[in-house]
Amino acid sequence: MNFTLKIWRQKDAKSKGAFETYKVENISADTSFLEMLDILNNDLIHEGKEPVAFDHDCREGICGMCSLHIDGQAHGPSQAATTCQIYMRKFKDGATITIEPWRSAAFPVIKDLVVNRGAYDQILQAGGFVSVRTNSVPDANAIPIPKADADESMDAASCIGCGACAATCKNGSAMLFVAARVSSLAKLPQGRVEGARRAKAMVAKMDELGFGNCTNTGACQAECPKGISIAHIARLNREFLAAKLQE
Amino acid sequence: MSCFLINSSLGKKLVMSISGCFLVLFILFHMAMNIVAIISPDAYNMICEFLGANWYALAGTVVLAGGVLIHFIYALILTMNNYKARGTQRYAVTVKEPGVSWASKNMLALGVIVVVGLLLHLSHFWAKMQLVELLGGHESEVCGKMVAATDGAELIRLTFSQWYNVVLYLVWFVALWFHLTHGVWSMLQTVGWANDTWYPRLKCLANIVATIIFLGFAAVVVVYYLQSVCPCCNGAC
Repeated sequence: MNFTLKIWRQKDAKSKGAFETYKVENISADTSFLEMLDILNNDLIHEGKEPVAFDHDCREGICGMCSLHIDGQAHGPSQAATTCQIYMRKFKDGATITIEPWRSAAFPVIKDLVVNRGAYDQILQAGGFVSVRTNSVPDANAIPIPKADADESMDAASCIGCGACAATCKNGSAMLFVAARVSSLAKLPQGRVEGARRAKAMVAKMDELGFGNCTNTGACQAECPKGISIAHIARLNREFLAAKLQE
Repeated sequence: MSCFLINSSLGKKLVMSISGCFLVLFILFHMAMNIVAIISPDAYNMICEFLGANWYALAGTVVLAGGVLIHFIYALILTMNNYKARGTQRYAVTVKEPGVSWASKNMLALGVIVVVGLLLHLSHFWAKMQLVELLGGHESEVCGKMVAATDGAELIRLTFSQWYNVVLYLVWFVALWFHLTHGVWSMLQTVGWANDTWYPRLKCLANIVATIIFLGFAAVVVVYYLQSVCPCCNGAC
């Protein structure tokens, strides 16, 4: 398969970026999207040019490092999949593919397609944890947890913090990410104890870092590679408002 | 408390939700009142007389104006925050995400149309009714005729005998319909009264509420226009 790639190139955070066009040829349909970029970079290096910088790590859809806005969609054309789980058979032979970095004020571009997602780490540091040791597996099993609660908590915990939600949201809102963290801990007895403090601290940090306000469009859940529902945003709203009203 | 309603993103959204809920309830009341004008113009005028320039109607007007102002000002503040949060560089390519309604992404534009329509509506009715009484008058000139401030039915008849008013009001109602299809379920999501089981139900409820409001308002406009172009429709033949 052959493709024309329009890729955002930007030297560093301060430079002005622009799209550059590249051709990749003889790509197997079973090549992953990131492998295709590896092939492009190999060619660029052989030509003595600067390779395209992009984030990646586990390449099995669990680490949350890969990003990329591909043809207008976060993580490309597949639903509930990360960029590393996209294969070139998803595209038509001869297609022009536009690849952009996440666009959000809170995720500044560092270089080419790499953005700084440290803002999500800062939100987590503000309260996305349980303060005390909850001990090991047998101890956790000593507390019976209803299956429905455990399932809901696990659904929320599947968030990999990739940033697709804020990158897709027309408001640059991080609500789905914050909601997933608050919700996954709020549904478990170990996390429930600090629920009020956590919701307030994480929302305050989210606001401080310049993320936008949720307008309930649902675009985040449509593009989330883990299919996390905006029902968790409703729970975050409940948690936050209840915590504020109890002040 | 006051701090969180002004400073926090979720606090500001709570204000949007509650003020929006208040406005939806008012619109439902207003629509029910308008329907009376179709059934009996005399009964409608009795309501107009009841809601003249007395203390309870004035208090209601002030609270209502406050509700509209708060909802609109907060919408502007939130939208400005969101615009800033989106960053200066935008995507070169975008697609419509599955399951995302057009209205949900254009609430401010729809809201601006609703407010412009509201100003037109106030100039057509409130300025000829409650305002006239407040200024000590009893009647005003509409389409070359003197109409009593309490004769709401006659005011409706004269206003909607003009085809362009009919078109403008219908456009206004369509914008309101779109605004409510997202706004009604969204206000419940914002206060946290939603989950995956209830989303389809809440969205259906929002569509029903928006459609009832649209049909109720549009019926008065269309019926009065038809009566003006065809006297037989009024049983005059």
